[in-house]
Amino acid sequence: MKKILLGLAAAGLGTMLAFGTANAAEEAHNAAEPTHFPIKEPAEVNWSFAGPFGHYDKQQLQRGLKIYKEVCSACHSMHLVAFRSLEELGYTEAQVKAFAAEYEVQDGPNAEGEMFTRKALPSDYFPSPFPNAQAAAAANNGAAPPDFSLIAKARAVERGFPRFVFDIATQYQEGGPDYIHALLTGFGETPPEGMQIPEGTHYNPYFISAKSLAMAPPLQDGQVTYDDGSPQTLSQYSQDISAFLMWAAEPHLEERKKTGFRVMVFLVLFAGLVYVAKRRIWADVEH
Amino acid sequence: MSGGHSSYTPSTGIEKWIDARLPLPRLVYDSFVAYPVPRNLNYAYAFGGILAIMLVSQILTGVVLAMHYAADTGLAFNSVEKIMRDVNSGWLLRYLHSNGASMFFLAVYVHIFRGLYYGSYKAPRELLWILGVIILLLMMATAFMGYVLPWGQMSFWGATVITGFFTAFPIIGDPIQQLLLGGFAVDNPTLNRFFSLHYLLPFMIAGVVVLHVWALHVAGQTNPTGIEVKSKTDTVAFTPYATVKDAFGLVLFLILFAYFVFYLPNFMGHPDNYIQADSLKTPAHIVPEWYFLPFYAMLRAITFNIGPINSKLGGVLTMFGSIAILFIVPWLDTSKVRSAVYRPWYKLFFWLFIANAIMLGWLGSRPAEGLYTLFSQFGTAYYFGFFIVIMPLLGLIETPRRLPNSITEAVLAKTKSGGQLAGVAAAPETRA
Repeated sequence: MKKILLGLAAAGLGTMLAFGTANAAEEAHNAAEPTHFPIKEPAEVNWSFAGPFGHYDKQQLQRGLKIYKEVCSACHSMHLVAFRSLEELGYTEAQVKAFAAEYEVQDGPNAEGEMFTRKALPSDYFPSPFPNAQAAAAANNGAAPPDFSLIAKARAVERGFPRFVFDIATQYQEGGPDYIHALLTGFGETPPEGMQIPEGTHYNPYFISAKSLAMAPPLQDGQVTYDDGSPQTLSQYSQDISAFLMWAAEPHLEERKKTGFRVMVFLVLFAGLVYVAKRRIWADVEH
Repeated sequence: MSGGHSSYTPSTGIEKWIDARLPLPRLVYDSFVAYPVPRNLNYAYAFGGILAIMLVSQILTGVVLAMHYAADTGLAFNSVEKIMRDVNSGWLLRYLHSNGASMFFLAVYVHIFRGLYYGSYKAPRELLWILGVIILLLMMATAFMGYVLPWGQMSFWGATVITGFFTAFPIIGDPIQQLLLGGFAVDNPTLNRFFSLHYLLPFMIAGVVVLHVWALHVAGQTNPTGIEVKSKTDTVAFTPYATVKDAFGLVLFLILFAYFVFYLPNFMGHPDNYIQADSLKTPAHIVPEWYFLPFYAMLRAITFNIGPINSKLGGVLTMFGSIAILFIVPWLDTSKVRSAVYRPWYKLFFWLFIANAIMLGWLGSRPAEGLYTLFSQFGTAYYFGFFIVIMPLLGLIETPRRLPNSITEAVLAKTKSGGQLAGVAAAPETRA
């Protein structure tokens, strides 16, 4: 069995290494008219929720929520996230109730058969800025801003060989927030000479599917006021909103990793016991 | 079940009463306790048991997930998110189920490769092998339809591409595709029938597994030497020997499974499947799940017409053929020696086959262009060449190494060279 596994590993690594180099050669592209996106790879940010003991930084999530509320929510919906779940960010029930009450949602029909608006309750979901996708597209130069509920899991730059193999050992699952952070901080670079940027779009070498995107740079230094003394910089904003979106996409991440640790400890101990039992049982049998 | 002789002796009154009416305890005792297995089985043989556990795990998590899932194009995506966010331990169930599918395939591929390495398909185990290939086919259908259910972008476009294969067949192609889809495009009827079939097929798999295990218990297990069991000293009782060894292998496998579920739950998925299906937006690259990638690479390797067969039909035939050829493997292998341990050349070609399969898997994830296509064509040629040319020819021209006379002799030779006491092993079953 050991031989088989070793053989498998060697065979796999050997062939893929050969093809990895072929791959790199193929991807040498023209700087002005690239065919593979993103043009630049996102940097890996040191997230608090990475790794086997990862956990969300509640202060950071609260800051991220503030950015979402004050900036992103003007265009981006987040319709799968309920106000009640904001308690996970460290808010009290009363705070969540007050937060929800700042929003208006449509309800009804009432006894007269009329639809009406009322203040949102914790059981409501974040209301969307546009009534439907068509309205969202019409108001945004034809490109509907994507919903943010799952965006941190719905975007990831391909890691390529051999990195995706190492990612198993390093437990790298932060491609989404890394991408969002890179995109938000990636505006403002001058495109390479000769590159045509379509009108109404903005060059960003980190954008996953083209050289430019319809969204204008949404965040600038000092735009959102923090009350916990954190630096009010684009870099900090980008990290905070990325962390918040990761939470929005994977609210049970902490619980998952905590459960995982207990499961792993149990399984490893159990494996040890079974192994000892196996040794005892087979002790008298040559095999 | 093996050999028709039972060593079960009911001792208590109630056991005797049941045994006279429905000898189920006798069946279980003879199949999973007293059943003799070769004493030299290694951990590669643990994967059969692992697969049985994976099937049970998939069915259990799947049944609970189905209680919360809504098979409707307007509801499916959000109902899965509801499971992830609001259902108690829903995230765990869903990650167990989605990663469980990957683990199931990982285990089945190791199981199949083990069969190919030790020649487990050779007489008298042809039916056992064929039943296994049927299980593989059912698993593939189940996994494909299961991947459609979350109604993400890859679900939708994967379903569109794969059902599109059938249109390659002349005359019958379009009606088959429409029957699969319940219409002219992937839509609500497709989702509904896929959900229905995704719930049904695992139970069909369980049925074929029963036949598979039955056939196994009639012929008996193979072993790394490939020599049939000749005497009682060649075997040990299934319980406790094989059970405890299988259990250890299983727990190690569960550690790997848990590692992915708890730390890398989205590693094997595609980010696009967290975007709700949109029939107007085609993803840049439509890729199937990793376990289908080698077959996908072979499908796309056929970029040329062969006589009246156009490249599309050629690709589809190649892909179906890559599974279909497994059915006749027992008759393609002409070697008189079963195990690769004694076949130096076969061993080499076997490892090349594994490397080739991994390479094809990687190529399947690449866009079908340039060098990738060329390599895919080489890979496809070797895949089929291994079965059609190497297997039949090698059996005729290869000089195998000298075979030991029995399993016991092989085991004793091994331990003697290892410098251990061989004497105690002469009759393992008599020892407590």
